[in-house]
Amino acid sequence: MAEATPVLLTTADGRPLKAALAAAQARSRRRALFLVLPLLLFVLVTFLIPIVYMLKRSVEHDGFATSATATVAWFAANPGFDPANPPEAAFAALVSDLARMQAEKTTGIAGTRINYSVPGTISLFKAGARAAKDLQPPFREALLAVDAEWGRPALWRGMQSAAGTYTTEFYKVASDRKLRDDGWARGADNERIYLYLFFKTFLISGAITVICLLLAFPVAHLLATLPMAKSSLLMILVLLPFWTSLLVRTTSWIALLQEQGIVNDLLVGTGLITDAGRLSMMYNLTGTIVAMTHVLLPFMVLPLYSVMKVIPPSYARAARSLGATSWTTFRRIYLPQTLPGIAAGSLLVFILAVGYYITPALVGGADGQLISNLISFHMSKSNWSLAAAIAAMLLAAILVLYWLYDRLVGIDRLKLG
Amino acid sequence: MALPTYASPLERIWYYTYLVICGLVFLFLIAPILIVIPLSFNAEPYFTFTPKMLAFDPGGYSLRWYDTLLTLGHPAPETPRDATWWSAVWERSTWVQAAKNSFWVGLWATILATVLGTVAALGLSRPEMPCRRLIMALLISPMIVPIIIIAVGMSFFDAMACVAPGSAASLIFGVFLSEMGCLANSQLGVIVAHAALGIPFVIITVTATLSGFDQSLIRAAQSLGANPRTTFFKVVMPLILPGVISGALFAFVTSFDEVVAVLFIAGPDQQTIPRQMFNGIREAISPAILAVATILVVISTGLLAAVELLRRRSDRLRGVTGR
Repeated sequence: MAEATPVLLTTADGRPLKAALAAAQARSRRRALFLVLPLLLFVLVTFLIPIVYMLKRSVEHDGFATSATATVAWFAANPGFDPANPPEAAFAALVSDLARMQAEKTTGIAGTRINYSVPGTISLFKAGARAAKDLQPPFREALLAVDAEWGRPALWRGMQSAAGTYTTEFYKVASDRKLRDDGWARGADNERIYLYLFFKTFLISGAITVICLLLAFPVAHLLATLPMAKSSLLMILVLLPFWTSLLVRTTSWIALLQEQGIVNDLLVGTGLITDAGRLSMMYNLTGTIVAMTHVLLPFMVLPLYSVMKVIPPSYARAARSLGATSWTTFRRIYLPQTLPGIAAGSLLVFILAVGYYITPALVGGADGQLISNLISFHMSKSNWSLAAAIAAMLLAAILVLYWLYDRLVGIDRLKLG
Repeated sequence: MALPTYASPLERIWYYTYLVICGLVFLFLIAPILIVIPLSFNAEPYFTFTPKMLAFDPGGYSLRWYDTLLTLGHPAPETPRDATWWSAVWERSTWVQAAKNSFWVGLWATILATVLGTVAALGLSRPEMPCRRLIMALLISPMIVPIIIIAVGMSFFDAMACVAPGSAASLIFGVFLSEMGCLANSQLGVIVAHAALGIPFVIITVTATLSGFDQSLIRAAQSLGANPRTTFFKVVMPLILPGVISGALFAFVTSFDEVVAVLFIAGPDQQTIPRQMFNGIREAISPAILAVATILVVISTGLLAAVELLRRRSDRLRGVTGR
């Protein structure tokens, strides 16, 4: 018995239906993509390319490579030299470079480049360059006589690593590694400023997230369970801060919390504290945490609210009727149902807090500065590559959190108001 | 949540504690915003209530800080307030210049973000859109990536994005760029940056509106003989318009409140309101900032009201009942 050949379905003009469908689907996919294309291009140019540029900047610095060409050429010819005991030829190349740097006024650029890995080299380079044109062979002894620092193995390692245009040095510096005489090593505990600040930023962001969650949970619950008319009114109290300028809110926190501010006046007026004992709540960590909590609280309330809104009250009533206490009902029945909202709000608040800049810059004082402020500091000091390396590390952390947010919550569930 | 009749005394106490906690959190949210309003009428250069203000003595209140907003940078603030005086305010006064610049940048950034964002949201809401999740993640990321990183990247990029003087490109784009022919220090650089920052908000609000959009309406319009253009303007647009407008308002507020990108990529002569406030808070803090803050609170209240009305209208149009 022959197998029945399947009937090939065709469209009216005789094409196989399968092919026609595939063509139609491809066409509509193209049409959808075509709509998104202008924006994709715009975001590519205005957002992605600048970030790629920044990443490039974080591994690129030719300050030494372009101004010390003879030394760079010597390094290329002798890659395996002993940094503890560089030969006369290396010193000769260096002295000729120093003399040229002095003439071309590039000493500062070259010295700054080496200074990232070997602190104190800017002045060393300047003094060396001033003396260079009068030095006579043997250059090794002559340069060491100018400053014995020129014989330091760490300096030669630093110059060798700066000979290329591209380097991972800035990432090493930004993760608190130090160039010692025998190579890169972990910095001493009191020198670990960058990782410490990263750690502190994450810790403060975590604390702010927890405070926001504790404050937002009851409020979101109230908003979700009140009748519509009342909750709409109260919702305005949450949304108005959301819409108000960040700088306005920061200004008012300064007015409230500074030493001659309203809260202190109130406390002195009621006799709770003396005039001499005014609390310092502004221009320090306290000010940063209070102001940031205020700014980020709506980002916690809104996701919690939208999840709590759809939790049927009958589950809690069923638990109570089966004999659960109100605490058990909350812990076993209500809380687990709010977890998606808790995850969404916490991740969002944490992500936004980690990258925060304006509020710490204005009210943070000395101890309330976060990692963003350090990036800004290095930008203002023209340490572009170092700023870019720190920014790249922050970006990596944010992208991991963003990926987590997408996996746990889904970007398309992000809502505003 | 009303208290059930079977609640125990302990539960009653807890319930009222809970209400008090909620009240305190609401106070925490709203008090800092409302407090700037009375403070901005301070007659003294203090950031706190003076005894005269607390006694409701009219002498403790004044409009002098609002006056400062007009006269700061004014060439002849003491002359009589005639037409020349007011035109000097419009042309020279520092805060008025900042406000004009802020509105101008905000307007163009909003137009860019809204047009591109709405069209893209239409594409993203189609079920057949390929790589939807990835593209969405990319388009939302300006909201997630810390502004300092975006600003650093842009300041590097804008300094490189130059046209050669005298070239064909400089004839076309030159007027938008700085004197050096670069995107850095130019107004266009700030507009483009702010548009990128506003795009996520437009995408989110418009896709949210489109998620309840009945796709069969499009087919109905087409079956009745409408061409794609008529379908879009007569059927789709009226329904998604509330979402588009609230997205545009979000984008405008984002630009209007943005200071970090301005600090990093705008030239020193390009003042905006947030930049003036930022510098004012950092350097010499004066109650004039509170007067600006009060004006901004009034504006944001108006915007919030507009967005709320739009959302209700959108829900009604789409047949979503309730909130």
